[in-house]
Amino acid sequence: MGNEQKENSNKYSIIIPTYNERLNIALLVYLIFKHLPNVNFEISVVDDGSPDGTQDIVKQLQSVYGEDRILLRARPKKLGLGTAYIHGLKHASGNFVVIMDADLSHHPKYLPNFIKKQMETGADIVTGTRYVKGGGVHGWNLMRKLTSRGANVLAQTLLWPGVSDLTGSFRLYRKSVLEDVIGSCVSKGYVFQMEMIVRATRKGYNIAEVPITFVDRVYGSSKLGGSEIVEYLKGLIYLLLTT
Amino acid sequence: MKHILKILALLVAISAFWIGLLQASVIPESYTWLLPLYFIVSLGCYGVLMVGVGLMQFPTCPQEALLLHQDILEARDFLKNKGVDVGSN
Repeated sequence: MGNEQKENSNKYSIIIPTYNERLNIALLVYLIFKHLPNVNFEISVVDDGSPDGTQDIVKQLQSVYGEDRILLRARPKKLGLGTAYIHGLKHASGNFVVIMDADLSHHPKYLPNFIKKQMETGADIVTGTRYVKGGGVHGWNLMRKLTSRGANVLAQTLLWPGVSDLTGSFRLYRKSVLEDVIGSCVSKGYVFQMEMIVRATRKGYNIAEVPITFVDRVYGSSKLGGSEIVEYLKGLIYLLLTT
Repeated sequence: MKHILKILALLVAISAFWIGLLQASVIPESYTWLLPLYFIVSLGCYGVLMVGVGLMQFPTCPQEALLLHQDILEARDFLKNKGVDVGSN
C-alpha cells in the first residue's frame, strides 16, 4: 500500500448493531484492528439484549483492546436498526461514523478504501457497492441474484438514487450528515438503508462509492420470501412519494 | 422539489408531446394512438433487458469466501491466546 500516511486527524466511530453475534463480533473486532493500524477509531457495539452472551464477549474484547476503543451500548431488547444507529451515535466521539453488519458479510479490509475515498473526494457519505466491477457477492443462488437485480432496476428507474447499491449497509458517513439524514427516516430493515441514501441524495449530499465484496452468511441463508418482496415494493412506493 | 413531482412533470411533458402529435397529424393518426402503448412496452423491454444484462454480469467473488475462512482462523487463534472465548456458536 506504500507510504500514504496522509495526515488523517479524523476520528471514526464504527457502529455495529448486534443480535446473537457472540462469535462474529470477536472476529470482526480483530479484523477491524488488523486493517486500521494507524487510524483513530472506536467501535460501538449496540447490542439488543442478545441471549447468547454477546455482551460478555464484548467485555472480554474490552479487556484486550481497551474500553476507550470498544464501547458497549447495550439495549434491553430488539428495538430496530434505525434506533440502534441513533443509540450508537449518542456517545460517538468521532467526526465520522461507519456502519457495518456484525456477521462478517462486510469485511473490514475495505475500511481503508472508504477512508481514502472520503479524503480524496471530500464526500459526505461513502457507500459500499456490491454491484460494480471490483465488488461482488458470494453465496447467492440464481434466484436471489435475479430478485436483487430486478429490485435494483426497479429502484433505479423509479427513484434515480445516484448510487448503484441501494440496500447496502456498509457505509461511511460524516457524523453531522448521518444525524441529519437519520432524523427524517422512518422505515425499517433494508428499506431503511434505502431511505437513508435516497434522502441523502435529495438533500444534495456528496455521495461516493467504493466496491466491496459481500460473503453471505454460510449458516442460515437469508430468506427472501414473498413478504420481503411486498415490503420492498411498499418501501419503494413510499420513497417515491415522500422523498 | 419532490422526486414524484419531477416524474409527473416528465409524464406531463411526454403527454403534451403526444397530444401535439395527434393534433399536428404529422404521423398517421392510427399510429399516433398506439404510441403510448409502444412506449410502455419498450420501457418494459428495456427493464427486462437491464435485468438480464445485470444478471449475466453479476459480479461474484468465490475467492472471498476462502479468504474470509483464513481470516477467521487467524482471528480465532489470536483471540484464543488473549483469553477471549471463541468457541463455536
